Amino acid sequence: MANAMLIDESRCMACRGCQVACKQWNDNPAEETHNWGSYENPPELSAITWTKIKFTEKKEGDEVKWLFLKQGCMHCTEASCEAVCPTGAISHQGQYVLVDQEWCIGCGYCVAACPFDAIHSIFESEDGGEQKATARKCVFCVDRTTNDLPPACVKTCPANALGWGDRDAMLAKAKERVGVLQASGFPKANLYGEHELGGLHRLYVLVDRPSAYGLPDAPKHATSTVGAQWLSGIVTAGVVAAVPFWLLFKRQRAKEASEGGEGQ
Amino acid sequence: MTNQWRDLKNSDVVLVCGANPSENHPASMFHINKARDERGAKLIVVDPRFTRTASTAEIYAPLRSGTDIAFYGGLMNYVMENNLYHEEYVVNFTNASFLIDEGFQGPVDLDGYYSGFNAETQSYDKSTWAYQTNGDGNVLRDETLQDPSCVYQLLKKHYARYTIEMVESVCGMPRDKFLEVAQAFAATGAPEKTGTIMYAMGGTQHTVGTQNVRALAMVQLLLGNTGRPGGGVNALRGESNVQGSTDMAILFHIIPAYMATPNAAKHKDLAEYLEKETPSGGYWVNKPKFLVSLLKAWWGESATARNDFAFDYLPKISGGIDTYAWIAMFHAINEGTVKGLWVMGQNPAVGGPNARFEKKALEKLDWMVVQEIAPTATTDFWRAPDVDPASIQTEVFLLPAADAMEKEGTIVTSGRLIQYRPKVAEPPGQAMGDIEMMDLIYRDLAKLYEAEGGALPEAVLGLNWSHGADFEKICQEINGYWTEEVTDDDGNVVGTAGEMVANFTKLKDDGSTACGNWIYSGYWVPADDGDGNMVTASKRRGQKDPGDLGMNPYWGFSWPVNRRIIYNRCSADSKGNPWSEDKALIWWDAAEEKWTGYDVPDFSKTKGPGDAGFNDPFIMLPEGKGRIFGVRNEGPFPEHYEPLESPVTNALSSVQFNPVVKRWDVDSGQDVGDNIGTSDQFPIVCSTYRLCEHWQAGGMSVWLPWLAETQPETFVEMSPELAQEKGIANGERVIVSSARGEIEVVAMVTARFKPFAVNGKTVHQVGIPWHFSWQGLAKGGTANFLTPHVGDGNTGIPEYKAFLVDVRKAV
Repeated sequence: MANAMLIDESRCMACRGCQVACKQWNDNPAEETHNWGSYENPPELSAITWTKIKFTEKKEGDEVKWLFLKQGCMHCTEASCEAVCPTGAISHQGQYVLVDQEWCIGCGYCVAACPFDAIHSIFESEDGGEQKATARKCVFCVDRTTNDLPPACVKTCPANALGWGDRDAMLAKAKERVGVLQASGFPKANLYGEHELGGLHRLYVLVDRPSAYGLPDAPKHATSTVGAQWLSGIVTAGVVAAVPFWLLFKRQRAKEASEGGEGQ
Repeated sequence: MTNQWRDLKNSDVVLVCGANPSENHPASMFHINKARDERGAKLIVVDPRFTRTASTAEIYAPLRSGTDIAFYGGLMNYVMENNLYHEEYVVNFTNASFLIDEGFQGPVDLDGYYSGFNAETQSYDKSTWAYQTNGDGNVLRDETLQDPSCVYQLLKKHYARYTIEMVESVCGMPRDKFLEVAQAFAATGAPEKTGTIMYAMGGTQHTVGTQNVRALAMVQLLLGNTGRPGGGVNALRGESNVQGSTDMAILFHIIPAYMATPNAAKHKDLAEYLEKETPSGGYWVNKPKFLVSLLKAWWGESATARNDFAFDYLPKISGGIDTYAWIAMFHAINEGTVKGLWVMGQNPAVGGPNARFEKKALEKLDWMVVQEIAPTATTDFWRAPDVDPASIQTEVFLLPAADAMEKEGTIVTSGRLIQYRPKVAEPPGQAMGDIEMMDLIYRDLAKLYEAEGGALPEAVLGLNWSHGADFEKICQEINGYWTEEVTDDDGNVVGTAGEMVANFTKLKDDGSTACGNWIYSGYWVPADDGDGNMVTASKRRGQKDPGDLGMNPYWGFSWPVNRRIIYNRCSADSKGNPWSEDKALIWWDAAEEKWTGYDVPDFSKTKGPGDAGFNDPFIMLPEGKGRIFGVRNEGPFPEHYEPLESPVTNALSSVQFNPVVKRWDVDSGQDVGDNIGTSDQFPIVCSTYRLCEHWQAGGMSVWLPWLAETQPETFVEMSPELAQEKGIANGERVIVSSARGEIEVVAMVTARFKPFAVNGKTVHQVGIPWHFSWQGLAKGGTANFLTPHVGDGNTGIPEYKAFLVDVRKAV
């Protein structure tokens, strides 16, 4: 049975505790930012910023609304990143969509394919060695959640806006909340993620339609478009040809490293 | 807080005015959301700008900075006009029925002044602001509330001018918004309902800050909300342990646990102090026990009945806020009267009002000691970008300090809850905790006094320093202990020398007890954690919650005597029965003939119906009643005055601003000085505030990369209307200027700010977060370079929240 994260945006107050807790738990460095006329920063998700709050101001007649969206990987059942990954490094397992960094070659195709702009590649090196491009994103704190701990962001949320647990239970909770909101002055309240892309593992309670928050109203699977399929084919062909060489090279390096280790 | 954070869940309506809990007290939203989920509670936010708290609120109503009294006055008028006040509560538990001196007159009669104003001294003769008494000294009352001299009728007359139209015109709050707020909050006047008011520095940092808080406290008395679950007057303290530091007398006018600092002119000896400072009724009649026990704690065996328990060793003051409060202190530094400054975790170059002036004043010091965890604009003022270090003569000593997590201690929440906190990491390098620093400094000072004598060496050498830097022993001293074996009248031993006292009811005025802070007494003695384990009270983590009201009596220790809601006698009606079943907190058990329930009664446990004072819940006051009429320096009822700098004239009277505030103008006209601006040059209202992402003057947060990333620099928020008028685009750099100086910051153009319609005139307001300076990873213009040097008429708290600026595009 799969778990899911429930994000109640009617309760989110954009304190951004989740944003900082994510960086802390996952040891991601800060980005250099400047104020660009918004509370929102960093401006986009990146390979070192796996979750952030998107701030959207909206005028409704004389009233102003401030919508907050906790962005990050949706861990889609029909994950575009998985579908386009030429090496099979990305896989969908239960509630997780994970990138196996051993197999990731940093081609960046998943980056282009993600309908939520939630995965990004970065050049980095392990232990100061050779640089390698890899794709990074939210991993649902897999090291916590496989040990019966909630993800760091959920743990830190002071407003009780975040939940983690059995997906069916989260769905039931979300539907109940949507009902309450609809009955109490939020007629547009809706649940996002139940059916999108085969079902997301990040479920949202929204008080406005998804596009008001900057979410695609109807997200599309990347390989469902012809162009993407073509592109996928071309990249796959190239990558398939290159992978054996790269793996051989990598194995050799690992061997050298481990031999060096024994000598100390 | 009269109540607790966890008690917010019991509220039917949460009114946030002058606070921004989502950003500055985010954990409180957990409890507010609980009230909304479980009780269908409403959250109302009244604020000049649409904040992150407002974004989730049921009702948001805008209000121009500095007009809280007009709003609360309008609310009181609405409640009285529509008979929505809680009558049984008001008649029995407040002074509404008390008759006031026939000579008393108010702003209605005297165009903005109360009777007794002396224009020369800018102060009041308060002799007419008094209760009428009969020959026996008893206060005359009219429980029908009809006598024109009774507090209720005077209140009604006073606020009759605060009509809906007046609120709209003064506050700039649209009429329908005011009515929405008034209807929702006044509904808590029903006996079974309660509403809470949460306020913070948005309420207090004004020239009328004290009266802002008085006004909201009066609303809570009228609606019968104080002393009850889900109600109360709830100050969200600005730092996690400000409650603790206030209890420990961080302010000049008090010594620990809210006793007046001795005054050289008023208190020549202990007897005179006790005579003048001990009231004739209420719980403070015990003050001699508390003071003598404090003196015994500090001076031990050097404090004896023969030497007035070392009363003469206590430093005496010889003035008030105009001599000792923050602003006065910086004037004394600037004038060279104060030559040395010891700064413990403060940052006046960022946090002080008119910080440019205060930063400049630091240059006049002979020496400055700073205990800090990180470089700040104060530790390094001598090398700020606009300063030539060679021109600074001040000798600066930096003592590297341990962070809160790097030392053992207790922390007191806004709800008076004392919780023990262990040390979880070693401080880096040479950094050490405050206790260790003070211990080393004391020992060296004592050596100097021993060797060289000096003025009054016995005050230093006679101190009881047996605790040294031992945290446990210091806590025992604060809790209080017997100094000798004491027996009762039957010869039974009630305490042995060195044994901790159970609580402050054991304290004596004969020197047989010592206690460093009477309100904390009991916090360090073993207590039940709810599961039968005896644990040091403040270290308890028992989770049981009898009554399910969030009182959690086995978690930590809430002063006084583990009471979670103060004035809780008000949680039962005039017969002693709960107002409603779901909010039953304490009640009179007729069979057992005592008060019982889920909290420690703030009342004599056995005082029953028919006993004198059964309906006197406010036990710290001689009259036992909540003071709707309560004397402060500028009057017994809050009256609206404009901030010192305001774009409009006062619509309610010809008194423009609080008539009792001190004007500082020694350096007016100079570039760095005490200049006050006018609206022809500076037409825009400005307010300063904090962000969720940073902490106070920045020392603890601006160096943290993860926080600097989220809020990297200073900005000014403004409405699209103002931006258009000034030709400013979102994200552009702009100059914000006031009569004190100017700063360059990023413009944030947002519909969350809206121009106010004030008395037919458009008034713009902008806002700037004040955390930043040239120090840190997150940096930028210091907002307090713009704020004025003027303080509240009772406390001296600076007017950070309402002043005048102008904005222009940076070239």
